[in-house]
Amino acid sequence: MRFNQIYALSLRHIYLISGSLPRIIDLIYWPSVQIFLWGFISKFFTLNSEYYSNTVGIILTAAILYDFLFRASISYNMMFLEEIWSRNFTNLFIAPIKISEIITSLTLTAVFRTLIGLVPAAILAIPLFGVSVFELGLPLFFLLLGLYIFGVTLGLLVTAGLLRYGPSFENIAWASLFFLAPLGCIYYPVEILPESLQAIAKVLPLVHIFEEMRNILLNNSVNWFEIVKSILISLVYFVGGITIFYMAYFGAKEKGTLINMGE
Amino acid sequence: MFIQVKNLTKKFKNNLAVNKINFNIEKNKTVGLLGPNGCGKTTSIGMMLGLIKPSGGEIIIDNVNLEKADRVSILSKMNFASPYVELPKKLTVKQNLEVYGRLYGVKNLDKKIKEISEELDIKKFLNKKTGELSSGQKNRVTLAKSLINDPEIIFLDEPTASLDPDVGDYVRGYIESYKLKNKVTILLASHNMAEVERLCDSIIMMKNGKIIDEGTCETIIKKHGRNNLEETFLKLARSKDEI
Repeated sequence: MRFNQIYALSLRHIYLISGSLPRIIDLIYWPSVQIFLWGFISKFFTLNSEYYSNTVGIILTAAILYDFLFRASISYNMMFLEEIWSRNFTNLFIAPIKISEIITSLTLTAVFRTLIGLVPAAILAIPLFGVSVFELGLPLFFLLLGLYIFGVTLGLLVTAGLLRYGPSFENIAWASLFFLAPLGCIYYPVEILPESLQAIAKVLPLVHIFEEMRNILLNNSVNWFEIVKSILISLVYFVGGITIFYMAYFGAKEKGTLINMGE
Repeated sequence: MFIQVKNLTKKFKNNLAVNKINFNIEKNKTVGLLGPNGCGKTTSIGMMLGLIKPSGGEIIIDNVNLEKADRVSILSKMNFASPYVELPKKLTVKQNLEVYGRLYGVKNLDKKIKEISEELDIKKFLNKKTGELSSGQKNRVTLAKSLINDPEIIFLDEPTASLDPDVGDYVRGYIESYKLKNKVTILLASHNMAEVERLCDSIIMMKNGKIIDEGTCETIIKKHGRNNLEETFLKLARSKDEI
């Protein structure tokens, strides 16, 4: 892999974001709205629920982590969609850049987009609701890492769909994360789900990440095994996502969609 | 031969878009690819750019089979310009040239951008967003992007479509002078017959996915007993039988 090519593709998105105030506001706006919404819900629950009475801000922390996952996935999708909307798709795929470099560049640039939105929102939660996601300490980094890998994986799967089926797959891009949210046990323990769904939920990394987040905040202890397990599960999905992306790329070459994309 | 196309075929489900075409292009020559809409020109170019996988046949560029070649090394020798493929509109012209210059691994990129922007007279709007340019200006920027890597092969798909006669003539003049100054092989798909006559050393006529004639403009015009390429094109495009 070549740094210059990866950087070039990242630069295209950095220029796009840094040159557009509405885009920056859009990136910051939605996570901040989430913080306000879940901040008030969290405040209400902590005042009226025994389960949450020990730890102020479990829901808000979950909301911040979920938003991180959501932003990571959407950022990945958005960067790919930008190429379709700007009718630049053919230029990109005839440039001497490897598919692995495209994936790497989008994966790295998605961090930048995600953090632009999330850091202000996480900081905002401290004075407004007295909740700091940073209280999770070192495990926070690894929980975010697991979420990020899984978020990018979802992005890869959606972009694979866009490659294979064209812009009509766009609606799926927006809805993709909502399909998994109920099984992710973001705001509630896994035991709430019916047993049959619990089995499915446990093969997703989200359950392990959010269960561990609650464990840290409620019991003030860290189960590193669960954290490592969540990252490994995310990595398995990530490898699957890359494989599907490559299959979609070769399928698109077969079908001829690379040359007509955006039209 | 620099580009060899052998029995190239592309079938999309039940539609045979390109049907066993064969042609050669010599190094540093400009060849026109002509034919009515839907005759398989874009599909053929797409296959030569590695965007579409052929159903059969082979494309050999500089003695390397495209299907077996290292994608990066072969693509770094080529470039492509088409008014139907745009550059990101929200980036300035300079940012776009910088991004593509880096993607193509261009050395001394600042110098190259300066040179190319002077040659194509785009210097005055280098810092303007690409989406804010007129069609003629955009066209020149697209051309600048297609030349940023000093390609050995350029695929031009209707490079002067939708341009007014003045700008169209400027672009044709530029391509003409670029050919004289640089060693470059060009495959030009166009519906502008005067443009083809002016720029191309030879032409390939396609219809219904097949090559129906090829040769220099003069020989083809003469062969079909017409006065110019426009009339020849109309004769071939409207004929029910393949020639």
